[in-house]
Amino acid sequence: MHPAVRRIPRLVTRHVDGLLLGLVLVLMVVGLFVLYSASNASAARVTAQSVNLLVALAVLWVFANIPPHYLLRLAAPLYVAGVLTLLGVALFGDVVHGARRWLDFGVTRIQPSELMKIAVPLALAWYLHRHEATLRLTNFVVATVMLIVPVALIARQPDLGTALLIAASGFFVLFLAGLSWRIMAGAVLAGLAAAPLVWSLLHDYQRQRVLTLIDPAQDPLGAGYHTIQSTIALGSGGWTGKGWLAGTQTHLDFIPERTTDFIFAVYAEEFGFAGNLVLLALLLLVIARGLFIAANAPTLFGRLLAGAITLTFFTYAVVNLGMVSGILPVVGIPLPLISYGGTALVSICLGFGILMSISTHKRLIQT
Amino acid sequence: MSELTINPGVEIRNAELELRHFHARLAVASAFVLLVFALLGARFFYLQIVRHGELSTLAEANRIAILPVAPNRGIIVDRNGIVLAHNYSAYTLEIRPQDVANIDRLVDEVSTVVEIGPRDRRRFKRLLEESKAVGSLPIRTRLTDEEIARFAAHRYRFPQVEINARPFRQYPQGEIFSHVVGHIGRINQRELDRLEADGRLANYRGTDYIGKTGIEQRYEGYLHGITGVENVEVDSGGRAVRTLSRTPAVSGSNVALTLDSRLQDVAYRAFGERRGALVAIEPSTGGVLALVSKPGFDPNLFVDGIDPQSWNELNHSPDRPLLNRALAGTYPPGSTFKPYMALAALSLGKRTPQQTINDPGYFFFGGRQFRDSHEGGHGVVDLYKSIVKSSDTYYYMLANDLGIDAIARFVSRFGFGSRTGIDLSGEALGVLPSPEWKMRRFKQKWYPGETISIGIGQGYNSYTPLQLAVAIAAIANDGVVPRPHVVDYIEDSRTRERLPVAPAPARTLGLKAEHLAAVKAALVGVTREGTGRIAFQGAEYMSAGKTGTAQVIGIKQGEKYVEREVAERFRDHSLYVAYAPADRPTIALAVIVENAGFGSRAAAPIARIVLDFYLLGKLPAPPKPAKVRANASRR
Repeated sequence: MHPAVRRIPRLVTRHVDGLLLGLVLVLMVVGLFVLYSASNASAARVTAQSVNLLVALAVLWVFANIPPHYLLRLAAPLYVAGVLTLLGVALFGDVVHGARRWLDFGVTRIQPSELMKIAVPLALAWYLHRHEATLRLTNFVVATVMLIVPVALIARQPDLGTALLIAASGFFVLFLAGLSWRIMAGAVLAGLAAAPLVWSLLHDYQRQRVLTLIDPAQDPLGAGYHTIQSTIALGSGGWTGKGWLAGTQTHLDFIPERTTDFIFAVYAEEFGFAGNLVLLALLLLVIARGLFIAANAPTLFGRLLAGAITLTFFTYAVVNLGMVSGILPVVGIPLPLISYGGTALVSICLGFGILMSISTHKRLIQT
Repeated sequence: MSELTINPGVEIRNAELELRHFHARLAVASAFVLLVFALLGARFFYLQIVRHGELSTLAEANRIAILPVAPNRGIIVDRNGIVLAHNYSAYTLEIRPQDVANIDRLVDEVSTVVEIGPRDRRRFKRLLEESKAVGSLPIRTRLTDEEIARFAAHRYRFPQVEINARPFRQYPQGEIFSHVVGHIGRINQRELDRLEADGRLANYRGTDYIGKTGIEQRYEGYLHGITGVENVEVDSGGRAVRTLSRTPAVSGSNVALTLDSRLQDVAYRAFGERRGALVAIEPSTGGVLALVSKPGFDPNLFVDGIDPQSWNELNHSPDRPLLNRALAGTYPPGSTFKPYMALAALSLGKRTPQQTINDPGYFFFGGRQFRDSHEGGHGVVDLYKSIVKSSDTYYYMLANDLGIDAIARFVSRFGFGSRTGIDLSGEALGVLPSPEWKMRRFKQKWYPGETISIGIGQGYNSYTPLQLAVAIAAIANDGVVPRPHVVDYIEDSRTRERLPVAPAPARTLGLKAEHLAAVKAALVGVTREGTGRIAFQGAEYMSAGKTGTAQVIGIKQGEKYVEREVAERFRDHSLYVAYAPADRPTIALAVIVENAGFGSRAAAPIARIVLDFYLLGKLPAPPKPAKVRANASRR
């Protein structure tokens, strides 16, 4: 064999973090099994999701091979472009379903808030990295403003769920960069004080979601129905569950959106508490690996970005699990790597690609 | 680390310190992650172990399905209680597409039992493409008893096919009310998302239809009703066995219109084969008495999903039957604009009623000749004669004296160029020309020469028939501009309580009584000795009106408009605005007949028919060749 040919496998795997990839693959396979059950044994659904998975893995591989310093250069322009398109949406966006989220470019419509999910942590990490040697309060103030602008624009659309998730991802960057505890405590207090104001600004349907959480029976046909049924599904699973393809809640159509946002209810019903612990453990391992990569990243940029990506993944998972098990409001957030659907999957895998890039490009980087 | 850092010692220490800080933060984050996961684990433990017994009993008994009970849609009636939209129950054959692998094959098999025509198939395809993701879709509607029996015998073969009794919407008046009443149709994805964003989705579980146009769309919130909830016990296969409890649905409110369906009918038929629109308003209340847009279409086609062929025919017809001309079509007002110009002249002190001009049949401005449509002109013309005989020269001069800004400011208060706020969607703005408008629209400045033809309702002037009707109603109403509305009241289905829809007038113009009197006298003159004389010959009431003829194409300098030589679609539009009785008006209307030539020829006779019926209850004589044709003078 030609030496160049022999090098191909090495070239393919060079920037792949084996452990992380292994965990991701296990979760994806688990997801396919649950999807098969949740979709009433629909081979078409499983095939479609497999295609999504392949696309997502390709994206993951591509980003794993982009060295972090390219991302560093990309951060500012991406952020500026994102904020500008958000402004464009606010001014000229198409109103779809009563919310102004899309920008029509003639050829294609884009949803800039999706782009900002990665652009915001990237930009904040870039900014703090630039001022690494001399980080002080003013830098944090600037970074906070950089965070608040897109979050406010997205919240106005209104897309509160995405706004909160982006706020969280940005906050993780600030937190890991060493935002002072006193300021955070102050912000929490201010937030509590402002809660009544926020309540008055919420749309009726957003309030309804919060109220339904407190008393699901209030809205048995709407959001409360989801919570009631998914709680029953979980609880009836018991220690070991009813077995794969044997969940009655699932197969008698009681669980709404059971292939997407509520897929965890299917899993929990069929695999029980034991299965849940396994899932939590798998997720925890992914997060542990991510934080480990963050801890060992050679640059501040890499550390902050890796940490924020990992903690954002954690947030997605917790919000979904909390929602299905009835302790968080019903917001439309899928369970990462498990739920059916392509968009969220690709953005999650894009994040993992960046994580791998950070973990495997150590030697090539100069601070 | 040290090999990466080329900086001197102090900064190395800083970097190490920072790294330690970072690791500390990571540790905090990890602790938080563990804590949250522990909480989740605890929640799972609580639900799955502690409450397992209770919740699995519930799951066992889940068997209890919560089913929505769709409410009956409210009915729509006219001012006399004549039904314009109601529901009836019929059996449909429905397929649950999400459970079927090969729909075409299934449809083929079903069609051996119950006849399924190509139209049904096409319609079903279309439904499949645009409907919400779950639920069953009708493949055949309105089954006969025999078909039901036949299918029942074969039911075991088709587990995914079911027969359901469904309420259907019907519009007994058909095309006559197609634009006002509108129609419902199956909920599509966009509407579904919209409902979700508004938090109304739960109320639409169990509802397949939603108002798409007209009253059905605008009053959807009232017509729909409140969905009930039924707790039913299901067997292990998911079929309902018995009802345990139910919260009944609340039927939608009934909507009563201000429209008079017989008047609407008379007006619609008066158009014959012509295209056009008519809006009749009760001036004192703004209640719309008739709102016609010709041609119409059969709204019943849309109810259970229109088939693509009919849809294409409607959508691509050059007559544009789907367009509601009465409020979305815009036309130059032609000479019907003159009364407002006259009021502007009086109010702004540019003319007195007695002041005369000489009308030689043309007006020179900026080296250009503006011709009067009446060859040779009308000679000495005062305000009365300017309206009665419809002198163009008078208004060319007047427009020049007033200036475009004053004209735009004055007539805008009649509602020209702004939405009237009628309770129907899709109202067009029209164009009230002004220098600002031209700058916005064309990025060009206004030329004084353009002001001249504005005076006779030409140029950029373009308004909806509804705006014309509201404006003439404002004169009939002595300067109070009514806010038009189609709905009279909404009746609660349970309490029978009536919620009136009576919007306050849009504004009061504060016109001087003597100015109004002068213009109103001239408008009466139109029907007695002017351009409307022939159409209103022998009327048993006194009416006021103004004819108008709106150019569709521009005519060059020194060229003559010869109707025979102009293709039908480029012929002038015929307009008439009127109110009656002249002393105490109970009806004001605007008629436009597309490409029908002089206002006196096509539009005025329609107005006469409508007024005769409304005021005297007189039905139009059976159609005979229009005698009014001869002698008709232009404008």
